[in-house]
Amino acid sequence: MTGLRAATAIVGVAEAVSPTGELDQRGLALEARMIREALADAGLAIDDVDGLCYGGNPSGMAEFLGIHPRFLDGTAVGGSSYELHVEHAAAAIAAGLCEVVVGVYAATPRSDRKRSSANSGPRRFGAPPPGMAWEMPYGLRGPIGSYALSASRHMAEYGTTAEQLAQIAVDTRRWAALNPVARHRDPITIDDVVGSAMQASPLHLLDCCLVTDGAGAFVLTSSARAADLARPPVYVLGAASASDHGSSMTQMPDLTTTAGAVSGPAAFATAGVTTADVDLLMGYDSFTITALLHLEDLGFCAKGEGGEFAADGKLGPGGSLPMNTNGGGLSCTHPGQYGMFLIVEAVRQLRGEAGDRQLDGPEIAVAHGSGGVLSTMGTVVLGTEATR
Amino acid sequence: MKLMEPDGGEDEPFWTAAGDGVLLLPWCNECDAAFWYPRPVCPRCLSDDLGWQAARGTGEVYAVSVHHRPGMGRDADDGPYAVAIVSLPEDVRMLTNIIGCEPDDVVVGMAVQVAWHELSDGRQLPLFEPSP
Repeated sequence: MTGLRAATAIVGVAEAVSPTGELDQRGLALEARMIREALADAGLAIDDVDGLCYGGNPSGMAEFLGIHPRFLDGTAVGGSSYELHVEHAAAAIAAGLCEVVVGVYAATPRSDRKRSSANSGPRRFGAPPPGMAWEMPYGLRGPIGSYALSASRHMAEYGTTAEQLAQIAVDTRRWAALNPVARHRDPITIDDVVGSAMQASPLHLLDCCLVTDGAGAFVLTSSARAADLARPPVYVLGAASASDHGSSMTQMPDLTTTAGAVSGPAAFATAGVTTADVDLLMGYDSFTITALLHLEDLGFCAKGEGGEFAADGKLGPGGSLPMNTNGGGLSCTHPGQYGMFLIVEAVRQLRGEAGDRQLDGPEIAVAHGSGGVLSTMGTVVLGTEATR
Repeated sequence: MKLMEPDGGEDEPFWTAAGDGVLLLPWCNECDAAFWYPRPVCPRCLSDDLGWQAARGTGEVYAVSVHHRPGMGRDADDGPYAVAIVSLPEDVRMLTNIIGCEPDDVVVGMAVQVAWHELSDGRQLPLFEPSP
């Protein structure tokens, strides 16, 4: 892994997010538009692309785009797939397998509700997971029930409170207020969160992410090639992934510790950074508990202390550890797999393009994705020319 | 309470024993240890030298969520009900429901024992209830 540090850079990004939560386009047309915009952002053309990351069938997507890639990654592990795509593409470029890789994601679950089921998006789950027959009878509500069980255990083991979890939703909303495309921008309080409808205890409605349309893409290339392109390169300083179960929470070794405790330190070690160096944490927030677990597993605080760590508002605007500056899955957008948006926001912050929510000269950002039900974690450490 | 039915495969002994009020766990003869959920190979060593052994039938609530809106397989008006992960002394964890008390009274660490719910096809589905 020593060869990964700053071998590659993200040179282009694109994103489609709407304050209505709905997009006009969908499916392949939306995905193709994201790729076109990300390539334009980079100053590259589709003919430059020789690698493709796509959590559907990448060869089918390549055919649709009319490209003939020599690197394909179809990793589909849920929301963190896009962090894994960056990791795999960076390794492939570093090894000389290819030079310019695009990754893309689009989903429109919100507007699909209004369409006939025959028209719903292209990504469908395949065969049911292996343990499902033994768990179906018990009515675990997916996906929230799995996260609720984790939160239950965290509260029992460490005394974490509903109010501490709520603070994460409150601070994330404060960031969303600064993002013109965020779905929800009105301020909320801890009382609003704990007073919102209980869904699956201990998680309330406002502990949960949104359901919106959304799409994005990234372009990754070698650091040598990146030097000549349109935008300041955002270097991949480190990347790692780890998985400790699939879909059954009974197989997760410890419901209070995710595989991020493996992927995080590994990615940080490759990057040669510590948590103290991190100026922005983009930490996948499917639920408030998800983000809290990242704070602990990545080492920003000790195991069990995430609630107290978050409680003083340090994750919000003006705080010492800005987290999810776009407004996160909780308040900005969440089309089902949110990991692409972690990358896009991290890149925009590092390039200084984040408008009212722009941090003061960030140099290290971490995009940490969670896929499945706290199952597969992907950590990407990104940096600027100054931290290359 | 309406429960969806497991689609049975090579798990006939499990349901036969369940009919007699005995919770069987899949057992790896190589590891000499239980595992959960049932599958054709041991998730520790990949051996297919497997059998079944009776569990003690006791456990402890490891995590619990009271579902105020039902999950897949439940009626829309079902609930609230307690979905829990129970740790068994045989060193496995099972997803289950806790019955026999108010859902909100189920807490992590609570001692529980196996209870049974009859499915529409007559099979007995294991649940758990507070130990007396």
